[in-house]
Amino acid sequence: MSHFTEAGLARWHAREHRREAIFQVVGALVVFTAMLMLAVLLTKILLDGFARLGWDFFAQSSSRFADRAGVKVALVGSFYLMILTALIAVPIGVGAAIYLEEFAKRNWWTRLIEINITNLAGVPSIIYGLLGLQVFVRTLSMDRSLIAGACTLALLILPVIITAAREGLRTVPNSLRYGSLALGATQWQTVRYTVLPVAMPSILTGVILALSRAIGETAPLLVIGAYVYLTRLPEGLTSPFTTLPVQIYDWISRPQAAFHENAAAGIIVLLALLLTLNAAAIYLRNRYQKRLAI
Amino acid sequence: MDGSTVELFDKGKTDLKALPARMETRRLNLYYGDFHALKDVSIEIKSNCITALIGPSGCGKSTFLRCLNRMNDLIEGVKIQGEVLLDGKNIYDPDVDVVDLRKRVGMVFQKPNPFPMSIYDNVAYGPRMHGIRDKRILDEIVETSLRQAALWNEVKDKLKQSGLALSGGQQQRLCIARVLAVNPEVILLDEPTSALDPTATYYIEELLTELKKDYTIVIVTHGMQQAARISDFTGFFLNGVLHEFDVTAKIFTMPEKKETEDYIRGRFG
Repeated sequence: MSHFTEAGLARWHAREHRREAIFQVVGALVVFTAMLMLAVLLTKILLDGFARLGWDFFAQSSSRFADRAGVKVALVGSFYLMILTALIAVPIGVGAAIYLEEFAKRNWWTRLIEINITNLAGVPSIIYGLLGLQVFVRTLSMDRSLIAGACTLALLILPVIITAAREGLRTVPNSLRYGSLALGATQWQTVRYTVLPVAMPSILTGVILALSRAIGETAPLLVIGAYVYLTRLPEGLTSPFTTLPVQIYDWISRPQAAFHENAAAGIIVLLALLLTLNAAAIYLRNRYQKRLAI
Repeated sequence: MDGSTVELFDKGKTDLKALPARMETRRLNLYYGDFHALKDVSIEIKSNCITALIGPSGCGKSTFLRCLNRMNDLIEGVKIQGEVLLDGKNIYDPDVDVVDLRKRVGMVFQKPNPFPMSIYDNVAYGPRMHGIRDKRILDEIVETSLRQAALWNEVKDKLKQSGLALSGGQQQRLCIARVLAVNPEVILLDEPTSALDPTATYYIEELLTELKKDYTIVIVTHGMQQAARISDFTGFFLNGVLHEFDVTAKIFTMPEKKETEDYIRGRFG
């Protein structure tokens, strides 16, 4: 005899279908609310700042007058800072990831390092600012310079890069490593010629996402003394600098409404930059997936 | 009695047991942590022969195979006792360079694992890792290896294509070509046809019987018929012990032990 009765089954299935429908509605509402808030925010910023976007805005630097102020120095500063940060953080971060993932023995010591890296990724950025201030600005007397900012941001995103790079390395199937080692390749050759090429796109994706985090950072840069008023482009590693978020922060904190429009326009520029970086990351990931799927 | 038995089953062939041993293990023991995976395995791998290792899953045959080119070194918690000799030299001696060993004892895996690069680069990978840079020499090695692996005619016009675009059987032959390219002495194959269809399997078996003229071959297989068809010697593993080892013809017709016979007849495993 069957344990199922027709009426019982029908009741039960109707109930489960109702539950499913309710979940779908709630889910859609949550997504819609989030999208709506984002849309409102973006619209407000676009309305406030769009009028200010023009050639002048990109060609001018800091000014006491809102209509003569622009993002030139800040944009260039952000760009230089990002490049420098990448130059410092990527080799160290990827190198550390390769070591931890491919060479280090699994013991309590490496586990301790791993746990600490994960913890470091969760430390508030302003703490890195304080660290940078003491170590780079004061002890190593780099002063309020580009290089001090880059070193601080590099520290900030190192845990993110290491974690992302390790994830990337982990996606490489062991069968490829074994295949290479079984041909008599050394561990290093295996990493260099088999593992890294396969892992590279996902490592790059992680690096780009980490850099886009760095480019949006404000707090640590304020702590180490990024300038909020600067009319000259940085000329070298030790030049004073400012960045887009710092510039935006400064404009917002001014009383005049005209500066708030500048801030809105600056935010649009920053958002565009971040979207470009993220798009690049997605593009790289897709290309990578295609290549492995052949 | 050995000699005459061999004569009986292998008419016209030379006495297989008189051939020189290329590799040999002496009382090889292997532990995964506390688990005693291989127990006192002593075997002689004869030169230019195909030695098949059979046995139920988990009996230690693949583990044993990986001892022969020290791939077990990559697994943590593995402890090995005893000797594995290659041309009389213990490959676990501290002065042995494992990179050099793996060049001399190549390995083909269960699942075809071509590198995500072109067919050409797959085959040239090994030689390049061992310092060959000259394009002409590489071209020559690639062609010879692909011919030896009976793959040349199928891929000669698309050497720049990705190795991953090949069919499963072709990929496995590519992996064999890749091993041949470093000119090893011994080739280890870990169930090389278990992921392949019958036609591809047939090709690989043909290939192996061809290759034994130049190489010494050890193959782990789940296919009784495969072992019977292509191998000269067969070792039957059971619970980490080399339960029986003899000339293939003997193992498959007059095994000494009951378990061997039961396994071959398909009564367990």
